[in-house]
Amino acid sequence: MATSDIQVAEHALQHHFADMEQQQETSTFGMWMFLLTEIMFFGGLFCAYLVYRASYYQAFVEGSQKMNIWLGATNTAVLICSSLSMALGVRAAQMGKPKLMAILLLITMVFGFGFLGIKGIEYHEHWVHHEFPGPNFHFETGDPAHPATDPQHTQIYFSLYWAMTGLHAFHMIIGIGLVLWIMIAGLMGAFTPSYFTPVENVGLYWHFVDLVWIYLFPLLYLISKKHGG
Amino acid sequence: MHNLQDRFHPGSAQEHFDPMSHVVPIRMYVTIWAALMIFTGLTVFAATVELHVFNIVLALLIATIKGTLVALFFMHLRYSTKLTMVTVIAAIFFLFILFGLSMTDYLTRAWLTNTIH
Amino acid sequence: MATAVQSVERENYLNSNYGIKSWLLTSDHKRIAMLYLISITAMFWIGGFFAMLIRLELLTPAGDLVSSDTYNKLFTMHGIIMVFFFLIPSVPAVIGNFVIPLMIGAKDLAFPRINLLSWYIYMAGAITAIVAMVTGGVDTGWTFYTPFSTTYSNTHVIGAAIGIFIAGFSSIFTGLNFIVTIHRMRAPGMTWRRLPLFCWSNYAAALIMVLGTPVVAITLLLVALERAFNIGVFNPQLGGDPLLFQHLFWFYSHPAVYIMILPGMGVISEIIACFSRKRVFGYEFVALASIAIAVLGFLVWAHHMFVAGISVYAALVFSLLSYLVAIPSAVKVFNWTATLYKGSIRYETPMLYAFGFIGLFTVGGLTGVFLASLGIDVHVTDTYFVVAHFHYVMVGGMVMAYMAGLHFWWPKISGRMYPEAWAKLSALLVFVGFNTTFFPQFILGYMGSPRRYHAYPPEFQVLNVLSTAGASILAVGYVLPMIYFLWSLRYGELAPPNPWNAVGLEWMTPSPPPTHNFDETPIVTWEAYDYEHQPQEEVSVGH
Ligand code: HEM
Ligand SMILES: [Cu+2]
Repeated sequence: MATSDIQVAEHALQHHFADMEQQQETSTFGMWMFLLTEIMFFGGLFCAYLVYRASYYQAFVEGSQKMNIWLGATNTAVLICSSLSMALGVRAAQMGKPKLMAILLLITMVFGFGFLGIKGIEYHEHWVHHEFPGPNFHFETGDPAHPATDPQHTQIYFSLYWAMTGLHAFHMIIGIGLVLWIMIAGLMGAFTPSYFTPVENVGLYWHFVDLVWIYLFPLLYLISKKHGG
Repeated sequence: MHNLQDRFHPGSAQEHFDPMSHVVPIRMYVTIWAALMIFTGLTVFAATVELHVFNIVLALLIATIKGTLVALFFMHLRYSTKLTMVTVIAAIFFLFILFGLSMTDYLTRAWLTNTIH
Repeated sequence: MATAVQSVERENYLNSNYGIKSWLLTSDHKRIAMLYLISITAMFWIGGFFAMLIRLELLTPAGDLVSSDTYNKLFTMHGIIMVFFFLIPSVPAVIGNFVIPLMIGAKDLAFPRINLLSWYIYMAGAITAIVAMVTGGVDTGWTFYTPFSTTYSNTHVIGAAIGIFIAGFSSIFTGLNFIVTIHRMRAPGMTWRRLPLFCWSNYAAALIMVLGTPVVAITLLLVALERAFNIGVFNPQLGGDPLLFQHLFWFYSHPAVYIMILPGMGVISEIIACFSRKRVFGYEFVALASIAIAVLGFLVWAHHMFVAGISVYAALVFSLLSYLVAIPSAVKVFNWTATLYKGSIRYETPMLYAFGFIGLFTVGGLTGVFLASLGIDVHVTDTYFVVAHFHYVMVGGMVMAYMAGLHFWWPKISGRMYPEAWAKLSALLVFVGFNTTFFPQFILGYMGSPRRYHAYPPEFQVLNVLSTAGASILAVGYVLPMIYFLWSLRYGELAPPNPWNAVGLEWMTPSPPPTHNFDETPIVTWEAYDYEHQPQEEVSVGH
């Protein structure tokens, strides 16, 4: 075990680094740098959300009431669970238990697919109710006593809803692909307690995507109490 | 003069390398998970109570607590280098510049028209 | 090592292996720099071709050469290519890629394969944009203002926007690579205080790349979505705010103008020090000024929107903040000048370009301050004054610096010397041609000639003819180096490791450098720009 450990580590050391320490810290720092760019990437959408929500609050409230809070909350929970299994998966890699890691990563992927499935159900609901921005957009509150006050800006709410959750879902899909990749690599013996940086970095990515959702959920689903759901 | 040790790995200071040093006990992860679940319930509940502007304040507060927990523990920010910390802070800082300076326009656009009419 | 005898047979990054595959699959930062050099040079000529057509059209007051629609496409495609596909990658991706690892004594950038990936992404973006242009073009201006770009233009906006979106990721990855490299890959003894100013300024530009580019990427994506699905985010007819687009666009694009100047400033610092044989005056201030420019650059974007309908109060704030950026820019200019003071100055080609840079950047930067003051801007915005301003900084500044850097490091890159006399001639032509082209535009703008029209009143003709004549001189000034650089690859004198007798680690390895840059990792024991203690032959070797 110990010798193969060193072999893997030697094999993993790229020529332009002095040692494993430099290599490992460098790639983790690179990953955080990448997450910084991701924050700014989502940041543009969050900025648009802030501007329009500040200007057209009522329209946003009405749009938000079309959200299914329970599906949203369930999905939040699903993602949190997936983050736990991911974190434990990284831990297993850290301790040199590739089989355990593979199982935990598999669970993570299952949660990931669960999230996308639930999201798909929600998307379908919005789609059939014409809550997709564009020429076919049509918005009614569903309550004749309170007709839609500002459907035009509610459309913007939905534009942002689709753009933000869509971009997030796209990141989930990439994330599932990455998890699959390190799961297979792990089973093929690519990682050891002294070299598991790819696992660590995919973990960082996964948690980051979870973190984005932690903000999306209250901002999109919980704008006003008037509908508990 | 600088000591020679420093020069060999600028940036990494004197921290000793031991990848096993950050193995966090499972109990810690589970505790964080439980906290995140509880906060999720809390934020859903808080949304059903009328608090006026404080609804959004509370929602964002809870989200930020959850996010911080994820970053510090699941993402091991707590055990990482200062440089990583600075990276995260920089991202948040510039994000707030984007938000803040944009809002200087949106929040004051009506001022002039209000005084004229 | 520095005195090693030059031998043609010596293995270096150029002859270590041959064949197209060895280039397209390389992860050597020096070869990747060459891939960039070739691709951005091609883009420069395409962009230049559009510029020539623009100048030809403007030779006469009547709109006779091209229709107004075609003219709109010409200046748009000129702008898009020059900004996103030439100037942004110019100094960083070519010169930075080549020399930063050498300067800090590293074997390569931190992520060599991501570096190669950046180039492929750049190519994918460039090809997408070119396809959009060949199949019909775009006419929105390089700024893609909504709702024209999202609703009314019937040209290939989506294609061009996606091309820029893709190229943005190339820029992001280059920036990320530079930041991580400069933090983590420095040789022993290469402390931050000893870091060459070229690295400092590229580091600052890289900060902007990673912080700003994602925002413009998502913004252009929204434009494409808006155009494809009518989602309303930027369309006033559907309740959206077109100014939000401008905010998001300029949040990146103002800092991006510093991506297009900071690396050039780094080149100038290196050259000024070398050719006046002095340490850069106030090294720390010049270094920190780069960071200050990068940070302050994020606080001023709405000075592009003064007359667009933003709140007057916000405009006041942005105007004040804009003045602040001038401070670190001025610090640099003053410190370069102070470096020259009592230096033993040599007038070699890189230095001639550097002199050009200092003068032209000063004019460009000062007119920027004019534009940042509300009263003046209302008068000259959207006129040729603005066009002259940004060409003084971008062409007079950055392109000059790029040329300066290419000449300075050409011996290192190619292992050959360029012909000095021709090079001096071209530097002169560029300087004269540039001023003849763009100075008249300040006057035109001040007299009220608006930008982006293919026809103009006859009284503006003299200045326009002057401008077109200058552009022809400028073109000759750019064609010449192209020819003699190629010529020198074969016939140039063999370059010694350190032809300029410069300090800096890149000069302590042979020209051209071996694939792994240094035979042994250097250990730095001296300060940056230690010209006072020349000659400083020894590189102490690691143990
Ligand atoms: C010294 C600091 C600078 C200041 C205060 C400044 C200020 C300004 C202002 C206020 C405008 C808007 C003019 C208008 O549209 O009415 C402007 C335009 C512009 N500036 Fe600068 N500038 C500075 C430096 C630079 C540099 C270094 C570059 C590029 C290397 C640059 C590139 C541009 C470009 C491309 C535009 C025109 C954008 C467009 O509308 O197409 N500026 N500048
Ligand atoms: Cu600007």
